[in-house]
Amino acid sequence: MKTLKIFLIIFLFIGFSQLKSDEKNDDFKNKILKNIRCLICQGQSVYDSESDFASSIKLIVDLKINEESSEDQIYEFLREKYGDWIIYEPELNKNTYILWFLPLLLFLFGGVIIFRKLNIQK
Amino acid sequence: MQNKLYPIILFIFLSFCFIIFYKGLSNSNIYTPKIDDKKNIPIFKAKDFDSNIDITSEKVFEESSYYIVNIWASWCVPCRKEHSLLMELSKNQSIKLIGFNYRDNLKNAKKFINELGNPYSQILIDSDGILSVEFGAYGIPETFLIDKNKKIVEKFVGPINQEIVKKIRLIIK
Repeated sequence: MKTLKIFLIIFLFIGFSQLKSDEKNDDFKNKILKNIRCLICQGQSVYDSESDFASSIKLIVDLKINEESSEDQIYEFLREKYGDWIIYEPELNKNTYILWFLPLLLFLFGGVIIFRKLNIQK
Repeated sequence: MQNKLYPIILFIFLSFCFIIFYKGLSNSNIYTPKIDDKKNIPIFKAKDFDSNIDITSEKVFEESSYYIVNIWASWCVPCRKEHSLLMELSKNQSIKLIGFNYRDNLKNAKKFINELGNPYSQILIDSDGILSVEFGAYGIPETFLIDKNKKIVEKFVGPINQEIVKKIRLIIK
């Protein structure tokens, strides 16, 4: 009876570990799908879309995850096929320097203006 | 001096923003992926429409000639519209047409071909759409022109028309 209990505990433990790992995989997959733009319904991510294109991309992401491709490798594969626009978060390259650095420059510029104003008031 | 400089900078900045947004208004808000470089055709394996046997991309594109890859389905209304032009193109000896049957019911697809004619030298089954994604397609119909070096040189989104047929003829001349 005791052995049976031990087996049952081990069996349940393995079962729950499996569930936990599936959940982790799903989170990873969903994170990627939410960052891919659906090209049919262009306001939606592939995660939200039910279009044929989105279903195919979901299948491909599944396959790539099973092949143990990294997140960046999956994005690179899609970028090669459809261009940078398919990924919501653009990577840093010569076409996106302004996009990435303009807010920072404006922030610094604003900071300088505030600093100078405060100094003048003093 | 400084008091005069700030409004000028502000004016330049706001004008810059206005021009950017104004220009943006005239752009189409529908993105179409462009082919900047000639890309090699992807390596793939797919099932043949007639025999249901697995076939590789090397075998499909083994001849040294121009190829047209056309993605179609029996449920796609624009595909029906462009079919007569594909039939016309298929008469050209220097070009081979390959069809990808996209997410379709095989019975309906066969009925479609029997009814409208078969312009393709080979049809491959793309039941889950993965093959089309490998080619960078996102909707149907879509047509790709592949040169003798097995590179994709043109991509036409939507049904082809007389103008596109003329363009294809000019390229393969």
